[in-house]
Amino acid sequence: MPNFDYAAPATLAEAAELMGSSGTVRALAGGTDLIDQLKSNRRNADLVVDLKRVPELQRLEVDAEGLHIGAARCCSDVHHDATVNALYQGLADSTGLIGSVQIQNRAAIGGNVCNAAPSADTTPNLLTHEAIAVIRGESGTRNVDLVDFFLGPGQTVLQQGEFLQELILPTPPENSASAYLRFIPRNEMDIAVAGVSSFIHVDPSSRKVLKARIALASVAPTPVRARQAETVLEGGVASEELFSNAGAAAVESATPITDVRGSAEYRKELVNVLTQRTLNICMERIGISV
Amino acid sequence: MATKHIKVTINGRVQEVLVDSTWTLLETLRDHLGLTGTPEGCSNGNCGACTVLMDGTTACSCLVLAAEADGREVTTVEGLEVGGRLSPVQDAFVKEGGLQCGFCTPGFLVSTTFLLDSNPKPSEEEIRLNLAGNLCRCTGYDKIVRAVQRAAGT
Repeated sequence: MPNFDYAAPATLAEAAELMGSSGTVRALAGGTDLIDQLKSNRRNADLVVDLKRVPELQRLEVDAEGLHIGAARCCSDVHHDATVNALYQGLADSTGLIGSVQIQNRAAIGGNVCNAAPSADTTPNLLTHEAIAVIRGESGTRNVDLVDFFLGPGQTVLQQGEFLQELILPTPPENSASAYLRFIPRNEMDIAVAGVSSFIHVDPSSRKVLKARIALASVAPTPVRARQAETVLEGGVASEELFSNAGAAAVESATPITDVRGSAEYRKELVNVLTQRTLNICMERIGISV
Repeated sequence: MATKHIKVTINGRVQEVLVDSTWTLLETLRDHLGLTGTPEGCSNGNCGACTVLMDGTTACSCLVLAAEADGREVTTVEGLEVGGRLSPVQDAFVKEGGLQCGFCTPGFLVSTTFLLDSNPKPSEEEIRLNLAGNLCRCTGYDKIVRAVQRAAGT
């Protein structure tokens, strides 16, 4: 490992000051990406700032703004949270399938977001819930829509000295639900060939789609919203045909590469299929048959 | 090299250790505290051989810095025994032959202990899912699953 110093601030102010230190400073949450990257010299550091002891970064609570998830809160806690399971079901899906149980017990949602892998499992669902990233710097905080947070593989809008403090997910309306599915060749412990999250809000009597959000993983340099699919869905009446059209439209937002995990054509087909499946899961969760 | 003074409870005993900032918990346990029951497998969180309990939940000790363990409680395979005897999980692995070369066994024992603490009667599917982060390169999974079932009394 490179030779770095380590600090574990207990307050947000201390964390902001340490993150503003000179040299290469890395925020440490669960460490399941960062420590491996440091060991294999894929990232370097002069100072590693462990953010897990800052109470604000461990938040997991609901207020008038919605659900607050502190950036260092581990996936297991989110996966088992009652509010998440009731209102943000797709997030319960994604936090329960990252790596293994051992990884979920350490890995933080904020770390998964800031690592900015196109295949990150938690991100698509956060995008469908229109999460807001609260970014902390030495001079205060700024809010960024999570969809605008990613610049490329491993690259985000975070500037020198800044770190993700928390994510805020607005409270979803009644008669809405979300879901996340990914495809991997094994049953568990793998990286998504493609992943899709859907969120849908329907009128229970007419089954009209009032709002739809679709987001994709592993099919572009960053996680992406499938806006054409959302347009197809909104205003339509939930049906197999509508979801089939949405699946086809979602493919328009996918610009995958061919690599060891799958070909571009295969990934596009997965986007189509997973979009339809996640929409059907959403309807089941709302309790309306299609 | 930056050193940190940490105080960590390991297998019920408080230990004060001077660690380098770059040491993992795994290398601290093995190379500096003599607790070699926790093996180093892949070193990147894939194999689960180095699984330990930290404050009661499982973690790959190769992906934890020693400094992160300051003030925490760590249990390694050496700490699973109950009153100087094998724990029910350890005993079940012996009785069912839930091991071949044995390299992965400490990680399986710790993960199984954690699983049965939160879910005392898991289904076979739940056992396989919850132990997916522990790899047995001898592929002795069926006997491992039977050992977990014996420990669970299912």
